[in-house]
Amino acid sequence: MPDPLLRLQNLSKRFETPNGFLKKPRSMLAVRDVSLSIARGEVVGVVGESGCGKSTLARLALCLLEPSGGSVSFDGADLTGLRARELRRMRQRMTMVFQDPYSSLDPRYRIADAVAEPFAVQGLPVPAGRIAELLSKVGLPASMADSYPHQLSGGQRQRVGIARALALNPDFVVLDEPTASLDVSIQAQIIALIQGLQADLGLTYLFISHDLGLVRYFCTRIVVMYLGAVVEELPDPQAAPRHPYTATLLASTFAPDPAERKQLSELTDEVPSAFDLPKGCAFAGRCPKVTERCRVTVPQLSDGEHPVACFYPL
Amino acid sequence: MLLRVENLSVQIGSITPLEGVNFDLDKGEILGLVGESGSGKSLTALALAGLLPLIGGRIPTGRLLFDGADMVPMSRSQLRALRGRKIAFVTQNPMTALDPVQRIGDQVDFVSRTHLGLGRKAARARTVELLTQLRIPQADTICNAYPHQLSGGMKQRIVIAMALSGDPELIIADEPTTALDVTVQAQIIQILTTLVRERGLALVLITHDMGVVAQACDKVVVLYAGRLAEQRQVNALFGRPAHPYSAALIGCIPREGMAPGSLVGIPGAVPSVASYPTGCRFHPRCTNAGAGCSDIVPELRSLDAGGAVACHYPLPGIENA
Ligand SMILES: Nc1ncnc2c1ncn2[C@@H]1O[C@H](COP(=O)(O)OP(=O)(O)O)[C@@H](O)[C@H]1O
Ligand SMILES: Nc1ncnc2c1ncn2[C@@H]1O[C@H](COP(=O)(O)OP(=O)(O)O)[C@@H](O)[C@H]1O
Ligand SMILES: [Mg+2]
Ligand SMILES: [Mg+2]
Repeated sequence: MPDPLLRLQNLSKRFETPNGFLKKPRSMLAVRDVSLSIARGEVVGVVGESGCGKSTLARLALCLLEPSGGSVSFDGADLTGLRARELRRMRQRMTMVFQDPYSSLDPRYRIADAVAEPFAVQGLPVPAGRIAELLSKVGLPASMADSYPHQLSGGQRQRVGIARALALNPDFVVLDEPTASLDVSIQAQIIALIQGLQADLGLTYLFISHDLGLVRYFCTRIVVMYLGAVVEELPDPQAAPRHPYTATLLASTFAPDPAERKQLSELTDEVPSAFDLPKGCAFAGRCPKVTERCRVTVPQLSDGEHPVACFYPL
Repeated sequence: MLLRVENLSVQIGSITPLEGVNFDLDKGEILGLVGESGSGKSLTALALAGLLPLIGGRIPTGRLLFDGADMVPMSRSQLRALRGRKIAFVTQNPMTALDPVQRIGDQVDFVSRTHLGLGRKAARARTVELLTQLRIPQADTICNAYPHQLSGGMKQRIVIAMALSGDPELIIADEPTTALDVTVQAQIIQILTTLVRERGLALVLITHDMGVVAQACDKVVVLYAGRLAEQRQVNALFGRPAHPYSAALIGCIPREGMAPGSLVGIPGAVPSVASYPTGCRFHPRCTNAGAGCSDIVPELRSLDAGGAVACHYPLPGIENA
């Protein structure tokens, strides 16, 4: 890749649980050695089940969280060493849309104030007509500027969240499960909207989801995470899975067509605790293809077109 | 017919959030009850489980025939005897069904002791057997655990074990997998479908996900804004949906190889009870609406191809009776 817009190198994040009564503090790696480069105009999907580290990776990518190891660079500049002021300036160009449109909007502020917030954070004046323009971009009537969040539906609130993320004309947007708390009918509306905005504004997206069907529809490249680590990168959304975990995810994603019913395999074991990872491959306990080698050695992500972290890829 | 729902309505105070629901269900069948949130799925479930009094609801019209007996005039104690024994209820959040301070085994035992009159030992043996059938590893150890020690998927299996423990004929499951990860959802769907096939249970599976419906159900009832939109066999519904709402819901789930931009969703949102539109309640969001839709309520009409639809302008490809 010639000139990535965003480059994550060997990122890790360790969390410690606080010292409790009769409890030793414990630590776990929520993100383990993740490297990822995103070129301008790409829509990269990150998919995995709850707790696998997607939101932590999102916050690391935007430097909202300090990494325990590794580095982030944006448009050629290393962000890891930047001071707060420089970082704030960078945030004009990289923004985030959050999962929950209910808690991400302050109930006391009008919609206009929510959309204008990024200007306030940067100490910039709000250009005349900009709020109405942003609202119209996300398909909301200008009259909604004077409403309060409780007067809006979930889908409308998420549109406000998107308008706010676009306020300062960013290059790069992280969308952290922006439709997970919405009905499927509204999810489809929102996906159509962000797809249109990406094309119109030439945006670059990191799109996070637990829904492999959705990222396969929407993204140009897909990264699959399991327990904090990348287990596979699908170079194009329709590529056949090589990692047994990705294959399991795909087999668990039901098509809206009874002619395509999935033959459900039995995943035996539970997802292990991140505090107590097995010695070898994290998926070994649930994998239908497991061997002794998988239980003792951690497979590394391979190089090449279609990277996979498995000794016996499909 | 194990269950026959005839013209079911639900009233809460002065509002009627659900009306005119009809369907029937035989042993060994899975019926999907689908619609966006606010469609009336949970109210239907509560009515079937005899739990409407809990939310101050009642059934002003209609019949609920279970094994030929109408549940509507039954007393609370008659309903309680039926529920747990013949009819079991599984909710979306397993913690509403589990007591956080009681051990798992005791909670599951309680059902068969109460409803089947089993003694302590026999009840525990039954519990361990059920948990093992539900692929819960080390069932006898798990019996001593408390709910918070288990994962979400494991808790939902315990709730299903509780539901099965009274040896019911009908299970009502209200979004039993909505809160779970997809691989766990697939396991739970697998367990439920196997139970229906092997034990000849009847299952009402409530979901907002047309993917789950296509995967698991034999027949489908589509609800919209408190009314029945369409009722079909699963292959017919997905092959040739008659109601524009059914077609739109199916179109909300991405399919393999779908062209970019073809996922459009349904414009607008489900209205609240206070602002149900006149005529067909779906007409403000419908791409197929025409004359009459905004003021005449469409009657439920039988289709030659089987099933029924409530629409003035059903989609082409459907022969009307
Ligand atoms: N601030 C935090 N302190 C401690 N643990 C955390 C914190 N944030 C996330 N975690 C843990 O890190 C893991 C990954 O979390 P997250 O990134 O939110 O996953 P996802 O978004 O994929 O559901 C989880 O086990 C979560 O409990
Ligand atoms: N206890 C209640 N009191 C008043 N209205 C209710 C109550 N429960 C549900 N409703 C209304 O009935 C309609 C159907 O609700 P529900 O059955 O919960 O829908 P679903 O389960 O399909 O999301 C909704 O408009 C809801 O607001
Ligand atoms: Mg998250
Ligand atoms: Mg409900």
